[in-house]
Amino acid sequence: MTLKTVVNNVAEMPTSKKAVVDINKLSLTFQTADGPVYALSDVDLTIEEGDFVSFIGPSGCGKTTLLRVIADLEQATGGEISINGVTPHEAREKRAYGYVFQAPALLPWRSIERNVTLPLEIMEISKEERVKRAQEALKLVELNGFEKKFPWQLSGGMQQRASIARALSFDADLLLMDEPFGALDEIVRDHLNEQLLKLWARTNKTVAFVTHSIPEAVYLSSKIVVMSPRPGRIIDVIETDFPKDRSLDIRETPEFLEVAHRVREGLRAGHSNDE
Amino acid sequence: MTRMKLDKFCLVAAIAALLALIFPLSGMDSETGKQIAFVGDIPGLAIAMALCVIAGAAFTWLGVRSINGGFVILAIAVFGCWQATSVLYDHGVAGHAGLGFWLFILSLWAFVWRGIDVIANFHSLDRSKQHAANLIVPVAFGVWLLFVWEVVVSGFGVPQVLLPPPSMIGERFVNSTDILAADFHQTFVKAVLSGYVMGCGSAFIIAIAVDRVPFLKRGLLPLGNMVSALPIIGVAPIMVMWFGFDWQSKAAVIVIMTFFPMLVNTVTGLNAAGKLEKDLMATYASSYWSTLFRLRLPAAMPFVFNALKINSTLALIGAIVAEFFGTPIVGMGFRISTEVGRMNIDMVWAEIALAALAGTAFYGAVAYIERKATSWHPSFRVRRH
Ligand SMILES: Nc1ncnc2c1ncn2[C@@H]1O[C@H](COP(=O)(O)OP(=O)(O)OP(=O)(O)O)[C@@H](O)[C@H]1O
Ligand SMILES: [Mg+2]
Repeated sequence: MTLKTVVNNVAEMPTSKKAVVDINKLSLTFQTADGPVYALSDVDLTIEEGDFVSFIGPSGCGKTTLLRVIADLEQATGGEISINGVTPHEAREKRAYGYVFQAPALLPWRSIERNVTLPLEIMEISKEERVKRAQEALKLVELNGFEKKFPWQLSGGMQQRASIARALSFDADLLLMDEPFGALDEIVRDHLNEQLLKLWARTNKTVAFVTHSIPEAVYLSSKIVVMSPRPGRIIDVIETDFPKDRSLDIRETPEFLEVAHRVREGLRAGHSNDE
Repeated sequence: MTRMKLDKFCLVAAIAALLALIFPLSGMDSETGKQIAFVGDIPGLAIAMALCVIAGAAFTWLGVRSINGGFVILAIAVFGCWQATSVLYDHGVAGHAGLGFWLFILSLWAFVWRGIDVIANFHSLDRSKQHAANLIVPVAFGVWLLFVWEVVVSGFGVPQVLLPPPSMIGERFVNSTDILAADFHQTFVKAVLSGYVMGCGSAFIIAIAVDRVPFLKRGLLPLGNMVSALPIIGVAPIMVMWFGFDWQSKAAVIVIMTFFPMLVNTVTGLNAAGKLEKDLMATYASSYWSTLFRLRLPAAMPFVFNALKINSTLALIGAIVAEFFGTPIVGMGFRISTEVGRMNIDMVWAEIALAALAGTAFYGAVAYIERKATSWHPSFRVRRH
């Protein structure tokens, strides 16, 4: 299997799932000039190996902050968090994260291929291996043929795909994606959703995915986390049991609409707390 | 049928050339009381003027609609310029130019203006043609300015001490290439290049240290600011006392002048990388040096090149001025100060021309490297597919 080198190829052991992310009573307060901002409070969450977890909630409810805490880009002010049994910092040192930011964040002086090999270069992987893995990762996001182009020569959607290829190029234990398709049109978005799902089904990766779109969350996830703002907290966790190789058609099924309805109710409840 | 709009520049050119044929070409000779030269006696000039009248009238009517028209106009203007200079020097009009002569120059000016305008507005998808057009415009403009300088200075008989004509400067330049080469070697190759490399290089390295150590940022930046504010005419004599008369003291002055722009620009540039990109490197657990070389230095390059360009001009100015305060008997600054004293103004101008050429070439070389090294930067991007 050609994907073996690109992605984590864990043995299928669905019965004894291991917790990749374990969060206990986590809170984070930003001290600002206008007083404290309670970005996260009392967050409890477990993400298991092979899970696809979506975070959905209104703007400012702490989705990005939570992802950043998991990736050790932000420090929690209370509670506990462990990644694969170690602290986020240690996990980061072990290169456990593939982070796809809200913007592509490609380096403009590097070609697409050299952008994708950036993490591999940092991890001191040999040149041949780097090129091979970049090829495979770019094929996964259907960008083969664009290796020598520079980021500004690609459309926004292609740039975002390149940034996904970059996160896939090495064996990250956990893929963190912060609204990766936020700026794309519906059709491209559907297409990338399908591809992401295929990738997830094939590789059994663990994914944490932030989105504003209810259909996207329901379509992609095995677990949907609904959040609400001020203070940022989790108000509902919904497990879905759609098959891993689901197609876009499931969006018309009653089960899908039911889950979507529950997510919407959760978001409404979060909003009404505002007043 | 609607009439075409008349081409105003060509109209001016035609009328001015026609009047040039009528009005006297030159002033009176004070001894004989006769005019020094007549158009009728100089067939080349008469042909040039007639050409200007005919072409001017024709293009006024037709309009200069293609690039070929622009070239025809420029060719006529070049022929006219050649005849005008020949009249000045071969027929004794220099210093006695009359109204007819200046009207002819006005006619040529209108032609050149229109011709350059047409070529400047030329757009072609063919890269080499476009490049050629982009090159012709500044060259033609520069040559025209030199011609006007030549004609005005000779035509009015301006004293050489005030302003020599470019032909005289050029002659002096060509005849003293060995002196100029020695001066160039002393000032540019020895002092400027070594001072530039030392000043920019040390500032670059110190900028990286300053960036790493916060207290240096607070302590060293204000100090560097102070050093850069020192006037060179105060610093140069001191450097001569410290490092002797030779190029080392000039290099030291250049180091002082170039240090601060490079330091500030590099420190600013090192902070130019976006937060998102830094976070990205952090998620890969990239080390300080890895992030420095893969993210922060490339992001700083536009700033660094900015300083390199500023410093390329500063360095040459610094070296020339510093040579006024003591030098071995060679060097561009030394030559300027001594030849001014001897009233050899043409030699001073030859040195100025050399400094202009060297400075432009130096700046151009740095700008060229910048273009190659930071072609990714939005200001240089060419969308290629
Ligand atoms: N560095 C910071 N300093 C102070 N406050 C911050 C900081 N980062 C985030 N916040 C605040 O924390 C809260 C949560 O922010 P966060 O970016 O996590 O929201 P989000 O759910 O990702 O929103 P969006 O959907 O708009 O991206 C917001 O109120 C925000 O203002
Ligand atoms: Mg966000």
